[in-house]
Amino acid sequence: MAGALIPLSKAVNGSKLVISGIEVQGVLRRRLLDLGFVVGNTVEVLRRSPLGDPTAFRLSNTTIALRREESELIYGTLIGGGNE
Amino acid sequence: MNPFTIAFAGNPNTGKSTLFNLLTGLRQHTGNWAGKTVITAEGEFTHKNHTYRAVDLPGTYSLYSNSADEEAARDYIIFEEPDVTLVVLDATSLERNLNLALQVLEITGRAVICINLIDEARRLGIGINVKAISKRLGVPVVAISARSKIGIDALLDQIERVATGAFTAQPLRISYSDEIEQGIAELIPMVEQAIGTRYPARWIALRLLDGDDSLITSLKAHMGRTNFSAAKEVVGHGVTACH
Repeated sequence: MAGALIPLSKAVNGSKLVISGIEVQGVLRRRLLDLGFVVGNTVEVLRRSPLGDPTAFRLSNTTIALRREESELIYGTLIGGGNE
Repeated sequence: MNPFTIAFAGNPNTGKSTLFNLLTGLRQHTGNWAGKTVITAEGEFTHKNHTYRAVDLPGTYSLYSNSADEEAARDYIIFEEPDVTLVVLDATSLERNLNLALQVLEITGRAVICINLIDEARRLGIGINVKAISKRLGVPVVAISARSKIGIDALLDQIERVATGAFTAQPLRISYSDEIEQGIAELIPMVEQAIGTRYPARWIALRLLDGDDSLITSLKAHMGRTNFSAAKEVVGHGVTACH
């Protein structure tokens, strides 16, 4: 599956992606950029909460949890990890 | 002689307050700035023959995301014009922390970058080239540990250089895409006409292009206080021009 372009919400636990686009708009977009969700940065999917949402991501040496509303609007290229 | 004002900016949990407390000791009280309800700490310290008034700004990751804390920190740096803005960074998480440093340096060159928790970084095997960072950013950079009291005198010496004007730097100029640069070039004369040359026109033009409503609100409030004539109308044109 390496090389596929998918939203972060579809990436399985343990997978790593390079961020290629952020469709989130407004103040929240700015916030995500400030926290390191910028094009070219690598993000790892750490784990999901019991009900499947939110999901914890690791980037820039920090763990950040996002809801599906945001994570499905951030796209990345799979570069490894996960079970597939 | 009036004390120099030093604003402490930094991400949350960078040891900003540890440094603040170390420098000011028990001589501090909470401050409440005009027009804002954000409470923060203020204190005094002396180094060599100078007295400094330290202002602890709210810990933020950014000056752009429009929370009350970030607005307060941003407005203080722009409108209160501290003699030195001290940006405290976490040595173990520099990549994320430098975001705020860049934002501050685009506003003012009267800044000192303080890389805190350097002992912790060394323990984790992180090497930091302070000289290279200083060269790229154009302002003094000092590695310290507030907790272990490492590098404090060197930091105070650099603060003194910037406060007294022995060292001066222009705001950091980041080159953007042609489209954005063109927008900046068009807006700068309007910004300067509206609010004068006292404030960083290039940076304000950038924020207008970004549609930063909260900055416009702060500018209007500030200009209302200091009685600029016809300024509001001109800023209004600037806003229209960037949509």
